[in-house]
Amino acid sequence: MSVRTPKKTREFGPGFFGALASSPFGLLMLFGFVAPLLCVVWFGFMPPKTFELLQVPTLQNYEVIFNQTYFKSILWSLGLAAVTVAILLVICYPLAFALAKIFKGGASFVTYAIATSLFVSENIRLFGWVIGFMKNGVVGGTLAKLLGVQVDSLLYNVPVIILGMVYVYLPFMLFPLTLGVKMVPDQVREAAFDLGANRWQVFKKIDLPLSMPGVLIGSLLVFVLSVGAISEAKILGGQKVVTIASDIESEFTYAQNWPLGSALSTLFIALTAIVVFFALGRFDLEKLLGKKSNE
Amino acid sequence: MIVSRTQKAGFSLYAGLVLLVFYFPILCIIVASLSKRRFFSFPYAAEDMTLKWYADALQSPQVADFVGVSLRIGAVTAVASVAIGFFSALAYARYRWRGRQTFQRLVLLPLFFPQSVLGLALLMWFNFLDLTTAWWTAAIAHTVWIAPITTLIISIQAYGLDESLEEAARDMGASRWQILSKITLPLLMPGMISATCFAVLLSWGNFALSLFTTGADSALPEWLYARMTSGYQPMVPAVGVLNVIVAIVLVIVLFGIVRWTGRKARRAAPSH
Repeated sequence: MSVRTPKKTREFGPGFFGALASSPFGLLMLFGFVAPLLCVVWFGFMPPKTFELLQVPTLQNYEVIFNQTYFKSILWSLGLAAVTVAILLVICYPLAFALAKIFKGGASFVTYAIATSLFVSENIRLFGWVIGFMKNGVVGGTLAKLLGVQVDSLLYNVPVIILGMVYVYLPFMLFPLTLGVKMVPDQVREAAFDLGANRWQVFKKIDLPLSMPGVLIGSLLVFVLSVGAISEAKILGGQKVVTIASDIESEFTYAQNWPLGSALSTLFIALTAIVVFFALGRFDLEKLLGKKSNE
Repeated sequence: MIVSRTQKAGFSLYAGLVLLVFYFPILCIIVASLSKRRFFSFPYAAEDMTLKWYADALQSPQVADFVGVSLRIGAVTAVASVAIGFFSALAYARYRWRGRQTFQRLVLLPLFFPQSVLGLALLMWFNFLDLTTAWWTAAIAHTVWIAPITTLIISIQAYGLDESLEEAARDMGASRWQILSKITLPLLMPGMISATCFAVLLSWGNFALSLFTTGADSALPEWLYARMTSGYQPMVPAVGVLNVIVAIVLVIVLFGIVRWTGRKARRAAPSH
């Protein structure tokens, strides 16, 4: 009723409408995010190899995890993710700089060309590398034809897995970085140059600190996505490296041990959550989304 | 900023190189999809080229099934996540309320979350609720991941919303509901259209969530994955290329909408 009479609606503060407008999303998250996660955490305390949720909680699964070699796959995942982030920072910063400051019409072309890949399933794109690197594949065949060298399959090793991850997650680093570099005012850079700073000094003292929100968001996004990566190691890596995500997956599929898989997931979620909360607390999101200050 | 010609050339060269490497695998797939042989080997003779696998893919009822499942998931996901995203964008960018900053952070949480684990968590949750997983449970999973993205896209538009238009309508006696449907909704429409495209595209390409939540139904990326890991099959690259073409067409549509609304906004700008 109060919705119909405009004067009365003002008695609800804007806070009411904010909460109201956020409620569909809130409900979706409660049903599709919070509840499933609680479900996983709880399932981690169930006795091994059961599918029932209503039993006496136990710590057996965690004992199994700490007594076996699961820490290896956790370390592999963390290590691969860290290397991916480092390589992507080096590859993407110059490109982001070019997109934000140098190119004009070309910038949107590059942006769209890279963004398009986001919509093609990563499996298909990784499969392209398989065709490129397999025995008698595109790379091997070209080398044989041109140089007469016979190359065996270049697949199934750690560098190829890293290549796959760098490739798949490049857009997630590039776009936040570009937004970050856009935030660096040209006048500040020019002033620094006028005062006699060299390129390296400008990069270290001006560009990097002022584009830090982009650097942080990009790194965080890539880290979280690649730490949970599963296809790269499977499609390109064969059985060479087992990541934590594929460990978890096989507990749910082949081993049919849901409680153990849940306990592993819980550990994994806790690890990523620590990293994310630590980093998310450090910057202002609104600034990056293009709003100066709304207050 | 003053940019010298050599600087520009250098950066262009670098960007070109990155794009080349970036598109290398897709080129490989195209090359493989045109080869007649059952086992791919490169280089192959010109007379070994064929479009047979494309014809096979287009005629295969199996592939059509998977496309159908993918499209159904995409449609439901797009409608649900844009509807939710419209309201949450208002809460995110437009209304000033106490929980806003917390809300802005919470919106990002599902994006910063590994999808395979989210998919598994949802599988267990659906199992606990005694729901049989099928394409529509996958649509729920996709919505959980895509609604935050549509929220962000519509928020960018909502930040640029001219508040005085809403205020003018209120002063003239429009109700909250009238303002929302006659002023706010049309003004946010371009953002919602691009959000719809994004939602369909992201759902179309998603694998990690579908893998665990589609149950007996199977989405296209899942089928491709199963075929890829079980040995080479020449139809797989062809389906992959068709998939890429669909994505590119949708991106061109998206690009057109962005350009069109941008021009419209620029033309409308001097009037108020």
